[in-house]
Amino acid sequence: MPTTTVEAEGLGKRYKDTTALEDFDLSVESGNVLGLLGPNGAGKTTTVRILTTLLRFDTGRARVAGHDIATQGRQVRRRIGLTGQQTAVDEMLTARQNLVLFGKLFRLTKAQARERAEVLLDQFGLSEAADRQAKKFSGGMKRRLDLAASMILAPQVLFLDEPTTGLDPAGRREVWDAVSGLAADGTTVLLTTHYLDEADRLCDRIVVIDHGRRVVEDTPAGLKRRMGADRLELVAADPADLDALRGILEPLADGEIAADETAGSVSAPVAEPVAALTTAATAIRDKRIEVADLGLRRPTLDEAFLELIDKEDRK
Amino acid sequence: MTTAIPTLPDDTLGYRLKWTIHDYRAIVGQEFVHLYRQPANFAWQLGFPIVMVLLFVYVFGSAMDVTGQGAGVDYVAFAMPGMFAMTMAFGFMNTAWAVAEAKEKGFIDRVRSMPMASSAVVVGRNIADTLHAAVDLGVLAVIALIIGWRSDGTFLETLAAFGLLLWLRFALIWVGVWLGLLVKNVEQAGSLFAVAFPFGMISSVFTPPELMPDWLGTIAVWNPVSATATAVRELFGNPLPVGDAWPEQHAITAALIAPVLISAIFLPLAVRRFRNLGR
Repeated sequence: MPTTTVEAEGLGKRYKDTTALEDFDLSVESGNVLGLLGPNGAGKTTTVRILTTLLRFDTGRARVAGHDIATQGRQVRRRIGLTGQQTAVDEMLTARQNLVLFGKLFRLTKAQARERAEVLLDQFGLSEAADRQAKKFSGGMKRRLDLAASMILAPQVLFLDEPTTGLDPAGRREVWDAVSGLAADGTTVLLTTHYLDEADRLCDRIVVIDHGRRVVEDTPAGLKRRMGADRLELVAADPADLDALRGILEPLADGEIAADETAGSVSAPVAEPVAALTTAATAIRDKRIEVADLGLRRPTLDEAFLELIDKEDRK
Repeated sequence: MTTAIPTLPDDTLGYRLKWTIHDYRAIVGQEFVHLYRQPANFAWQLGFPIVMVLLFVYVFGSAMDVTGQGAGVDYVAFAMPGMFAMTMAFGFMNTAWAVAEAKEKGFIDRVRSMPMASSAVVVGRNIADTLHAAVDLGVLAVIALIIGWRSDGTFLETLAAFGLLLWLRFALIWVGVWLGLLVKNVEQAGSLFAVAFPFGMISSVFTPPELMPDWLGTIAVWNPVSATATAVRELFGNPLPVGDAWPEQHAITAALIAPVLISAIFLPLAVRRFRNLGR
């Protein structure tokens, strides 16, 4: 029987003249990874800060790890881990010193803190770098150290606020592997991100948030379906060929064709992307049309958001 | 996971008290690792008062007649206690900078999301800074001895003088914490020097307020830094500025009271600012 580790109802937060969060519901099942996906300023960080008891809220109620965040803050803080947007490790200290310090601040004894530090260094692949100062670490290593510091008490819920923002691709991969590892061990994770691929890769469920409101919740696969089909785009080398390309695209299109005269491109959503691409390529070769580009386009995240939000508004 | 994760006992007053002290110790310990890791930083912080000593004692000092016995006479004995007081006064900058950095880097947020006493960030900082200031004073005193300064007071008077200096520093920590939480980032904390400089200098640190224009002299006389400077001169048996305003006639009392007033204003402000981080 699945239980919920995070349960929020009608959360609202207003600053002087802006609404950061409005009537926001959220529930995360134990052992799941839930992604809060949204553009900057959507209310992701506000949500995390409220649920980790860092920020007071105006309306609604929430329970985290079985305790009320408004009245049982201390109980909640014992059962959660938080990795914020900045890496909150002490860069002067070595990796091991950091973990021992946080262990002590999580109120382990010296011996327990040391023992726990070793386990975490090993778990997050930092054993070799254990005695180097954190300021000499790569972005990915710092983030992993940060994650390790949040895992000291093996929290029931781990909150990750934009865990890979500002990292290079190698760093992102390191952090993804670390988070996947935690999820596989059964840690409940609530993470925020503005990368669709990140949410897709790590999350069991995704909540799309915008302007402090919940737009939609779905599985990654379901969300991608909602975000509209792939588009086939053909770009003519000579704008005079535009009509010919339109002729090729017409039988393949699963919706309206969009044409851009100045760019010399036509595009349309297609139901079976790969088959459509092959058919179009063959037709172009047969008719000896010169094309500057030919390919499948996924809607960008921004487009997807707009589309999703539009759909919700029309309902 | 192989290690057993200790469970935390229920809240009792004794438990919370015990662990609060434990948390303070952890934060103070962290500060000392910093000191050990960054000796250069520490040297830079001391560099400023040392440069000021050299500038004032040897560059301007030769032209200063603070004792009425001619230019340059006894200036080292007059200026060194002032230098001690000024170093304490400027110390709040270090506090503000450290607090601003902890806030900007998310360290304060992390600590606030942990089951520890969140006051440890502030109180631990306070204890560490006071200890830090004691080390600063020790180094400065050695330099002062080298260039010819002496305390003519008894051992206890000398000790009391250093106590008064730390007392001022301790009160100013709350100012530093408040400012550190108030500023947006570390850069802004750095620009607080524009406030610290006149606060430290418009005082009896380098020149007797009697030699200043009346209005400025009045400000200097009532500046808490002057009270402490004059009080420690008295205790060290060093030359005093000859004024008849209340803080000059009762310098030791003033040096005891002023830090209490500073704390009374800025401790609540700092605490409120810290609580408001959650708004």
